[in-house]
Amino acid sequence: MEGGTERHGKLWTWLDQRVGLKDLEKLARKKEIPVHRHTLWYYLGGMTLLLFIMQVTTGILLLLYYRPSAEEAFESIQFLMAEVQFGWLFRSLHAWAANLMIFTLFVHLFSVLLLKAYRPPREVTWFSGVALMGLAMGFGFTGYLLPWNELAYFATKVGTEITSAVPVMGPFLGRLLKGGDDVTGATLTRFYGIHVAILPAAATALIGLHLYLVQKHGMSVPPAVEGRREETRRMPFVPNFLLREIVGWLVALAVLAALAAYYPAELGRKADPFLPAPAGIKPEWYFMFMFQTLKYLPSHILGIEGEIVGILGFGLGGFFLLLIPLLDRRTARGQPSRLFTWIGIAIILYMMLFTVLGYMASATT
Amino acid sequence: MAEHLLEPESSRRGFVNWFLGLSGVAFFLSAVYPLSRYLVPPQVAESTAGTVTLSIKPGDVKANSGQIFKFGNRPAILVRTPAGELRAFSAICTHLNCTVQYRTDLSRIWCACHNGHYDLNGKNVEGPPPRPLDAYVVNARGNQIVVRKST
Repeated sequence: MEGGTERHGKLWTWLDQRVGLKDLEKLARKKEIPVHRHTLWYYLGGMTLLLFIMQVTTGILLLLYYRPSAEEAFESIQFLMAEVQFGWLFRSLHAWAANLMIFTLFVHLFSVLLLKAYRPPREVTWFSGVALMGLAMGFGFTGYLLPWNELAYFATKVGTEITSAVPVMGPFLGRLLKGGDDVTGATLTRFYGIHVAILPAAATALIGLHLYLVQKHGMSVPPAVEGRREETRRMPFVPNFLLREIVGWLVALAVLAALAAYYPAELGRKADPFLPAPAGIKPEWYFMFMFQTLKYLPSHILGIEGEIVGILGFGLGGFFLLLIPLLDRRTARGQPSRLFTWIGIAIILYMMLFTVLGYMASATT
Repeated sequence: MAEHLLEPESSRRGFVNWFLGLSGVAFFLSAVYPLSRYLVPPQVAESTAGTVTLSIKPGDVKANSGQIFKFGNRPAILVRTPAGELRAFSAICTHLNCTVQYRTDLSRIWCACHNGHYDLNGKNVEGPPPRPLDAYVVNARGNQIVVRKST
C-alpha cells in the first residue's frame, strides 16, 4: 500500500504513525475468501460470533438487575420482566440469541465436519471449535438455572446427577459443581459465577485462538472443489465478503428481534424443592437428544446401570468428535474419506431423530 | 568426574535450570493447593432426623393418593394405597434425582423426568430407574402420622 498516507486524512496519518494502522490495513486487504458452491457455509462462523457478542451485551445488561440467590433470583427476574422498561426485551433477546447461537454453532460445526475443513493443518482450529461447543453448552446449562424456576431446578438436578454418575471422579465433580450435596442456593451462586465470569473468560480466549488460526491458515477449500483443474475464484474479505456477512447479521438481528417480541421468554413457577417434578418436563432443545436417549435406556445393560452406559456413551461420543482430525487418516492424506462423511451424516440424523422424538413423545407414558 | 572438570559451565547451567524448574513447580503447587481446597465446598452436617411427625391427619389422606412431605432436608412421599394402607418412601428418583409423584390413574409412583415407574412397594417396575425407592416405616397414632427410617 505505497502512498497509503496520501489517500487518507491527517488524523489517519497521525494515528498510523503512533498505532500502525498501515499494518492492519495490509492485513485486511490480504485476506481473501474462496468462491465456490459451498461458500455459503463460510458465513456461519461469523454469525455465531455476532450472536456471542449479542449474548455478552445483553448479559451485561441483565446483570444490572439480577440477584444471584435462591431467595431473590426468581423475584428479581419477575421485577425485570414486569417493572423494568424493556426488561422483557433484553431478557428475551438473551434467551433467544442463546438458542440461535447454539443452532448456528451446530450448523457451522457440521458443515466443517462434512466439508472436511478439519484436515491438516487445521486440526487445532477444529479442537478449539469443539471446545467452544462444549463451552456454549456449559453456558446454556448454567444460564438455565439462573431464573430459579421449577423447570430450571429439575433440569439442574438431572444434569448435575449425570455428572455425579460418572464412575470414579463423578461424585467429587458433582459436589464441586453443586457447591454441596444437593441443588441449593449454593448451586445457584456457583452457576452464576461460572456463567458470568469463568465461561466468558474461557470463551473469549478460545475465540481469540480460533480466529487467529482461521486468519493464519485462511479459509479451507473443500477437497471436492480443490481437486478441480481450474483455479478457485476468490473475493476480497474487505469489503466484498464483509458486506455480505453484514447482510446476514442484519437478517439474524431481525429474526432475533421478531422472536423476542412475539415469543418473549417465560418465567414459569418458582422452584420448590418439595414439589414433584412437573409432568412434561424437558431440557433445552440442544440437550433433547441426550435426554430422550436416557429415557429409552433400560435400567440395566449387561449388568451396568443404564444411565451410566448412556453417560459414558455420550462422553466417548464427544471425545470421538474432538479427535476426528486425528482419526480420519484418509482425509489427512488427501484421499476421499466416505466413512467419515457417513459418520457425520449419521451423527446429524441421530441428533435430529431423537430431538423430534423428544418433542413428539407423550409426557405421561 | 573428568567430564565434570572439563565442562564446569554446563554442569553449573544444568544445576541452575534444575533448581529453577523445581522452584517453578513449588510455586505452582503452592498456588494450586489453596485454590483447589477453596473450590471444594465444605461439608455441611446432614439432618440426622430419623423420625418426622407430619402435619397431616391420617383421616385426610384419601385412598389412592400421594403427597410430598419434608423428611429432614429431603423430599419424601406419603402414599395411601387403593386398599387403604399408608406407606412412605424417599421421593428422590433413583435414576437421576428428580422428585417423584403419585399417579392416581396408574396407582403407581412416577417420575416425570425420564418416565420411571415404581409400584406401591417402591420397587422400580418400568423405565430407567435402576433401584427401588428407599422405604420408610409409617405409623398412624391417633391423629398423627409418624414416619421413621427403617433400620
